[in-house]
Order: sequence, then structure tokens, then C-alpha cells
Amino acid sequence: MLEVRNLRKEFGDFVAVDDVTFSLPQRGSLAIVGESGSGKTTTARMIAGLETASGGHILVEGEERGPGHKRQRQRQRLRSGERRARGRQIQMVFQDPYSSLDRRQRVGAAVAEAVALHQRLPADRLRARVAELLDMVGLDDRQAAALPKALSGGQRQRAAIARALAAEPQILILDEAVAALDVSIQAQILRLLADIRARTGTALLFITHDLGAVRHISDDMLVMQAGKIVEHGPVATVLADPQHPYTRRLIASVPKPGWIPRRRMDPAAAARLP
Amino acid sequence: MTSALFARTASKPRAGRPRDRVTLAAGCVVGLFVFLAVCGPLLVPHAPNAVDPLNVHAGPSATHLLGTDDSGRDLLSRLIAGTRASLAAPAVVIAVSTTLGTLLALVAAWFGGWLDRFVSGALDVVFGFPGLIMAVLVAAVFGAGLTAPVVALSIAYLPLITRVVRSAAIKERNLPYVSALQLLGAPTARIWLRHLLPNLGPLVLVQATIGFGYALLDVAAISFLGLGSQPPDPEWGLMVANGAPSILAGAPQQSLYAGLAILLVVVAFNLLGTGLSRRLLGEQA
Amino acid sequence: MSATPPLLRIDGLGIDLPLDGEPRPIVHRADVVIPEGAAVALVGESGSGKSLTARAVLGLLPAGARLHGDVAFAGESVAGMAPERLRRFRAGEVAMVFQDPRAHINPARSVGDFLIEGLTLTRGVRAADAVRKVTGILREVGIADAERRMRQRPHELSGGLLQRVMIAAALAAEPRLLLADEPTTALDVTTQEEVMAIIAEAREARGLALLFITHDLELAAAVCDRIVVMYAGSTVEELPAGHLRERAAHPYTRALLSSRPSVFEAGADLRSIPGRPLSGFEVPDGCAFSDRCPRVRDRCRSERPAPSAAGDSTAACHFPYTAPAEEAGCHA
Repeated sequence: MLEVRNLRKEFGDFVAVDDVTFSLPQRGSLAIVGESGSGKTTTARMIAGLETASGGHILVEGEERGPGHKRQRQRQRLRSGERRARGRQIQMVFQDPYSSLDRRQRVGAAVAEAVALHQRLPADRLRARVAELLDMVGLDDRQAAALPKALSGGQRQRAAIARALAAEPQILILDEAVAALDVSIQAQILRLLADIRARTGTALLFITHDLGAVRHISDDMLVMQAGKIVEHGPVATVLADPQHPYTRRLIASVPKPGWIPRRRMDPAAAARLP
Repeated sequence: MTSALFARTASKPRAGRPRDRVTLAAGCVVGLFVFLAVCGPLLVPHAPNAVDPLNVHAGPSATHLLGTDDSGRDLLSRLIAGTRASLAAPAVVIAVSTTLGTLLALVAAWFGGWLDRFVSGALDVVFGFPGLIMAVLVAAVFGAGLTAPVVALSIAYLPLITRVVRSAAIKERNLPYVSALQLLGAPTARIWLRHLLPNLGPLVLVQATIGFGYALLDVAAISFLGLGSQPPDPEWGLMVANGAPSILAGAPQQSLYAGLAILLVVVAFNLLGTGLSRRLLGEQA
Repeated sequence: MSATPPLLRIDGLGIDLPLDGEPRPIVHRADVVIPEGAAVALVGESGSGKSLTARAVLGLLPAGARLHGDVAFAGESVAGMAPERLRRFRAGEVAMVFQDPRAHINPARSVGDFLIEGLTLTRGVRAADAVRKVTGILREVGIADAERRMRQRPHELSGGLLQRVMIAAALAAEPRLLLADEPTTALDVTTQEEVMAIIAEAREARGLALLFITHDLELAAAVCDRIVVMYAGSTVEELPAGHLRERAAHPYTRALLSSRPSVFEAGADLRSIPGRPLSGFEVPDGCAFSDRCPRVRDRCRSERPAPSAAGDSTAACHFPYTAPAEEAGCHA
């Protein structure tokens, strides 16, 4: 359903994303794993349309929405109808739940605004749809009437997910969406996402540095390093039998029983660090 | 985690704390003068321009609470009647520069790139000119009267508002909730009007309040120099100037009271601005 | 009580902070003992009070904080230290490494100035000796080109390198106890491993004791001897690190372990804890965890449990687990 071909992003001389190619099937779940500077977030932002790609193709159901799109080629702005149609293709949930919501807007109103952008509904049906979305993410009436600052991080992230689902997107991108949450809350959100995928068929593109979360949320994974894909395969295979040295290094860095931290970086490599 | 905890424990301003009582008092003073500016002409005990040659430089008395000036005009009436002229000009300056400045700031922050560089560069040039001197120059060229200096000051005050609002708008524009709205396909106008502007509102209000004090001082200075309001209009800056010769004659009251009125209003606006800033922006700082 | 007191004893520590003008309990009861040279982890989620407890060790609490209980360093009460003694204590006997090194270093001055100043100002070391010493410690923490790094300013260094600089600064003071408050939370996993290895090596070389504050139970178990788990302002369990997976007694400890998605166990079900972690000032009369606990009974809601021995652990729970957790470790 989503196809990314030879995607590239340059910032001046710096190549942040280099020749990234992958596809995400209908109802699929793919994780892009990498550390800071790997280009994983830039890739996600280009796919969502928040960043303009320097080259390559982004296709949703065969339809170009990346640099090959005719309006983007002619440097024209999208019409509002087109923007909304794109919104029904891809939505995104961000890392920081505290700034993902407008601090002056009640949570229910934020979800209602998102619904109203995509469906013209009479007031009572709009209310019902908002209640349905909030219920799906586990928020009640009291939380719907609250301002973001009255909610916990996990509740805000639930609200952000409900808002994204309001557009009924085919693909939901999660950019480190649980990284800022408490451990016990991360598990709740991961389960919620798996549940949403099962119920709505929304495909998930999970951007993360957390290999543990990947096993629970994704079928396939990509490992990115310095803008390039270094490994690609089913999650269980990659975690059990990593081929690329960098993937092995990543897995070896995860604490587990009997794990002893080791310095693996040689001093020469350390000297090249910024 | 820790920072969130400390943010919550940081003393939240509540009515009744000393600093809030100061803000409240400043707000009352500002409110009083705004009321006088609107209704003053109806409240004056004497006609502000009525001359009484037999009663010049009179001290305080039951009929003239603050005494009279060098033409025997009632000082209290002139101060009250002058409130409108003294506050209206800076109000226009602040209204124009705040509206225009906020708009420029949003445009620069939203579109970024060359537009932002152009706006910022142009404002740096404007900032380079001393506003008061520019206003005086304009008045000298176009003739006395408040119109030209008000236009000049409105431009001179642009950078003050725009710079602060621009940097806040850039921060706001980069928050993920704005990206989320864009991804949902929300029209830009809606994002501006429903989200960005209301969120920047408190900051704009604080900047305007603090700017008002400075603008009042500048306008009064221009009138003091004889380039703004013209006699016999009762305007505070002009009154300070007109009263100056009488100081040597042992009758400082006209300059003194007009000067005190300016001082009181400027200080009140500044205190109100700082208080509002603490209250409205404190949690974001 | 033994003849020689432990290096650090936090005994029934409670901390009240003013919230909206009212003193509210943030830490109810924290008990931690660190013997000389030992490594103890203080593990908890947000609101647990773990960072505040660590700050209380240094006497670094926000204005208006009220303390009860006691923090004793080598038998000497920190609260009872005179200002001059407290200054020497902070400069030479304990050192702290923070989550965000950038917030704790002057961005306008070079890394070298920062490191050397710590020695010359607070410990009266001669400048030339300080440079020699700092260069040596930088090499020890894996910064080979120390001379070049010392001329750089903080913003020129990556987060991982800057955290090494902060560790070097901490080690330069030759402390007996290192407080590390989430020192690797902001770093990549591979960098985390480097930094934890550096801390482990420094501990071994110097016999340094460690109080490691973290939200990550697995990491805590890997680098520490004992684990103290905090929840909503109280220590709920204290146990040897090696017993964490199989023999944790407190339901919160087990729930926290099983809610962490495992990289290594295929098919292990992810158990989430309902609700959200509470802050100290929100806790009900009974057990703070009662609302989220799978083993809750009536008594838990009315009576707050006191810490008591449960196997090798000390757990504040009326109904602690006594049977070992299943082999998978993830099924509580």
C-alpha cells in the first residue's frame, strides 16, 4: 500500500537519508529502528509530507505524493481538498505528548475539530463520533472535557492517537510515540496500538530506537544507520539472527540478565565524534 | 520528570500575595485613567480652557483643588481633560504597531526562508533608528501636530513587538500539534486564527502593555518639545513645558502635576505588564 | 547496629514540598542503605520521588522543602552539617551526574575551564596539577584527545561525550559516593552501554559506591548489587539484583518487569499495569499501589503496609509474592 523508492534527503552537503526503499503492505506493521542521526525521523516526516524529499518516490496505493507529485514538481501549493485527501492516507503521532495537543483546546474539542475537517456531520452525530474515538483509545467524558495540562502523559498520547484516527487514515506513523512515557504506560499504549490495528486495519509505521517495543508491535523491521538501511527483514528473524554488524551491536547494547556493559568503541572512533 | 515536579511546586501566583496586590493596584490605576480618558470631559469641575486672569498661580483651594496655572486655568480640570489626548496617541501607536507587528511576526515565522530573513532584516534597520528622534524629525518636516509623530512612532515600535512575537511564533509553529493539524488538512487560516493567535495572545498583550508606557513617554516628550499637541490643548507633555517658566516664578504646580500624571501612568502600565507576564506567561517560561 | 555505619543510610526519609502554597508530601518514606563501595539502584517511574530522594542526599532541595527522617553519610547526618561542612561534603565526598549534562555546564566556557575550576576552586589544587589530573581522567573515561576536547565548548560535543565529561568532573573530586540520576536516559542504547561501562570501570578502580537512579529495571539489575524500587513516594521493595527476575516479592516490581517489552523472548505477552503512576501527594490512605494491584484486598485500601522481610527482599506489601516467578520472567 505504501511504497517508498530511493528516498533521499539532503541538508546542504549533508545526506540525512540516502536511497531508502521499502514497502508497507495493507494492514501491515513495519518498524524503522535506528539511533539519533540515523535518518529514521526524517524518513517518517518525508512520508507524512512534513518535510520535502530531495529525491525518490513515495506512493500510496500507486499514487505519487512525494517529489514526483506534479504540484510538488512545479512547486505549487496543494489545494485544501488534496491536503485533506492526503490526511486520510497518512496520520502521525509524535514523541512528545505534552506539545502534541494545543494547550488551550480541550481534548474532546481537538478530536471534534479533526473529525469535522473530514466529515460534514450534524452536531449529534459529530458528538457520537468523538465519543466513539475517545472510547477506542480509553478516554472518558471527564478527560474529554479537560485541558491537556490536566492529563497525564499517557492520556495525552491517547488523545493524540484519537485525533489521528479521526481522519480514518490508511497508515499511522508513530514517531517514538512511547519513548517519553513511563514504562508501565508504554505497555498500555503499545497494546492499544496493536488493538487499533486489529480493529481498524490501519497499517502502522513505527519509528523507534526501542528494540523491545518492536517485537510487540511490528511484523517487519528496517535498521537504519547514518541515513542508510543496513538490515531489513521479519522482526523475529532480525532479532534472532542479525546479519549486519551494526544490528548485532544494537542488540548487544540492550540490558538483560547477565549483561555486562562493555566499551566497544575504539579510542580512534571516539576521537572522530563531534 | 524532576523538572515537571519542580514546575508544579514553583509558587503559583495567587491573589493576595504582595506581588499580585501590586499588579492589581497597577490595573486599578490604569483602569481609572482609561475611564478618565473616556468620560473625563464630562467630569471636569471647570472648563479646562477657561482663563481667569485674576487668579493665576493660585494654590490649592476648595474651588481649585490643585490650584491654577499661569493663565488662571483650573489644573485638575486640565489634567483630567488632558488624559484623553495623552493616552489616545500612544494607544494608536501601540494598536498599530501591535497589529502590524503580530501579523509580520506570524508571516515571518510561518513561511520562514527568505521572507523571514527579509522581515528580520528590515526590522533591524528600523531598530537602528532611534524612534523618538525619528518622530521629532518627521514632526519638524511635516509641521507640528500629532499625526506625523504617531505614524513615525508606530513604525519605530514595530521591531519591539515583532521580534518578541516572532521568536515565540517560531517556537509555537514548530510544536507537533501544528504539524498534526497540517497533516489533518486544516487550512492555514484556521491554524492561525484558532490556534496560533490565541496561544500567542497573552504574550502580545504583555508586550503591548509594557510598550504603552514607553509610547506615552515618547508622545509626551514630542509635545513637550512643542512638536505634538498645540496650546491651548491640555496635554500632559505640553503642560510640563508650559509650566516650566512658572517654576522660576515659584509656582511649580503645573509642571509638577502633569509630570506626576505621566509618571503614574507609565509606572502603572509597566507594573501591570510585568504582573500580567508573570501570570499569563509564567507557566510557559 | 554494626560498629561502622554504612557509607549512606537514608532512614525513613520524608519530604514535603509546597504545592499551591500548601506543604504536600512528595516522598513519604524512603529507606536506602549503601555499604562502602556498593552499587544500589533506585528504580521508579515519574512521581516516585527517586530524584528528590537523591537530591536530599546532597542537601539540594527546592526552597520551602520540609524534611523528616534522616540521611546519614558515614554516620554523619547531612541535615545537621554546618554550611562549611556541607560545602566540603558536596565538593569532595559525593558527586552527582545528571540526566541532562547540558543543563549543568556553563555553555560559554570551555570544557577544560569547567573541569579545572572544580579542582582549583573547591579543592585548592594548583592549576598545573589540575590540568595533568583532568587530562588523565578524561583518558580514563575514553576521551583520548583530551587536550583538544578541553579547548572545545559544550555545544561542540555530542550528548554522549558531554556525559563522559560530566563523569570525569565527578571523578576528579575523588568522591566516595557517586549519585547518577538517569545518566543515560537521553542517550542512544549503544552510547548508554559505553557510559555504563565507564562508570563500572571507574567504580572498580576506585572502590567508589554508586547510587544509580533510573526507570529501567533491566539496566539497574545489570549494573548494581541491590535494587530499591520506589512507587508514589515510598520505597516498596529492596532486594538483591540477582533475585529481581525470579524472586521479586512486591506486585509493583513484578508488574513493572512484565510491562517492559522484551527484546529476547518471542511471544512473551506484554502485561500492562492499568491506571497511571501516582505522585506522592496523590496517594490514598492505604497502599499507594492498591488501585493498580492485581492482588489487592480490602486490607490494602485501609492500611498502609510497612516494609517487612519477605524472603531475600524487604517489601512494603500485605500480600507479597512468595513463589518464584515463572521461568519466562515476564509472566507475573
